[in-house]
Amino acid sequence: MRLTASNLACRRGGREVFAGVSFSAASGELLAIRGRNGAGKSSLLRTVVGLVRVAGGQLALEAGDPELTIGEQAHYLGHQDALKPSLSVRENLQFWADFLGTGAAAIGEPLAKVGLDTLADLPAAYLSAGQRRRLSIARLLVVTRPIWLLDEPLSALDAAAQQSLTDFMRTHLAAGGVILAATHGGLGLPAAREVWLGQAPSPLAGEGWGGGSGAGATTSTPAPRLATPSGRSQREGGEES
Amino acid sequence: MTALAAMLVRDMRIAVRVGGGALMGVLFFLVVAAMVPFALGPDLELLKRIGPAILWLAALLASLLALDRLFAADHEDGSLDLILMGRAPLELVVAIKGVAHWLTTGLPLVVAAPIIGLFLNLDGRAEAALVLTLLVGTPALTFIGLIGAAIAVTLHRGGLLVAVLVLPLTVPVLIFGVAAANAVSSGPAPFGTPFTILCALTLASLVVGPFAAAAALRQEME
Repeated sequence: MRLTASNLACRRGGREVFAGVSFSAASGELLAIRGRNGAGKSSLLRTVVGLVRVAGGQLALEAGDPELTIGEQAHYLGHQDALKPSLSVRENLQFWADFLGTGAAAIGEPLAKVGLDTLADLPAAYLSAGQRRRLSIARLLVVTRPIWLLDEPLSALDAAAQQSLTDFMRTHLAAGGVILAATHGGLGLPAAREVWLGQAPSPLAGEGWGGGSGAGATTSTPAPRLATPSGRSQREGGEES
Repeated sequence: MTALAAMLVRDMRIAVRVGGGALMGVLFFLVVAAMVPFALGPDLELLKRIGPAILWLAALLASLLALDRLFAADHEDGSLDLILMGRAPLELVVAIKGVAHWLTTGLPLVVAAPIIGLFLNLDGRAEAALVLTLLVGTPALTFIGLIGAAIAVTLHRGGLLVAVLVLPLTVPVLIFGVAAANAVSSGPAPFGTPFTILCALTLASLVVGPFAAAAALRQEME
């Protein structure tokens, strides 16, 4: 499986968010999407899953399911948790398991993996920000989809939860999945390559991610940085770019 | 459970829990219709003549009451993104959300209507006709309302806009619903003709509403 974008452009509200973005991610590869605030990291993820219309360029998925769109084969972990406060933890997860999945997926084990099994009957309204995030992450484990699009996945998580998310990502990659993650810091895993949006990285951006994770947090290997003449958009690393 | 059944169960659960607003519509309906006899005075003939129209108007407004939250709530917490990424066709998902909304707000109106009918001096046959027209007509109100709810999905205070958008479209339903109900209680006109047209309006809205609402949602999400 290979997800390829060539010269992708995005316009929102009449404003060009980014243009000329190209990247390629094959099975087992983690792609880090970087850029300053407002550079279009979230927009890029939303474009890939089809929530924002492609304004230019092309998106292609090789060796995916030809019957399904990219969005239908992808998990999107955005800033919003997609949880209903009046439903319990179990009901929230069961709903997404039924709605996104194909059959009766067992939600007990994923809930235990994110450490929410003891709170399964608590209404989601009483969860903390980090617990809400964990419940969203459980969605990725309940329903198997080959592409994960993660928007600041480590935000709001404590060190242990960051470590387990890193483990989930590693397992997903080992199983042949593809991960695109928008992030300011590190991901705890080496990225196969990085995609830079917007201005050239300033000395402040993209350097070491300040730890937090108790173990195994390694800064990603910095890819060589190329500035495009326009300065509007850049792409990075990658043998095929 | 399939995706659509899961959506039906979820929406109904949310509606009947705290803050869900399922009973808001029926309470509004009861309050408005119960106030009318006090405003008009004890003229039984007048109440009997305008009773079906009052109940239909109250039902129309009540069924629009919780409509603006139908998609806006899912939009605000990010659920709509995932719904759009689901493998179930959006048109069917929208339709099933409409069904859940009708079961939790429309159906209680139909059940409550005979009680309020007593306030308005409706006899047994008139009440039966009224309940029948409401049973057939309120799904049309919900499914037409889906369109307005989808158009206003990104607006935070879209409630009034939804009502302004939707009310003109519901005029035919109101006309034929009241005409059929009146035919039994007061008029010499036949019941069958307006009732058949009401059925046709409902069937058409069941088809058009989900497609239009799904198209509006896809457009809004851009």
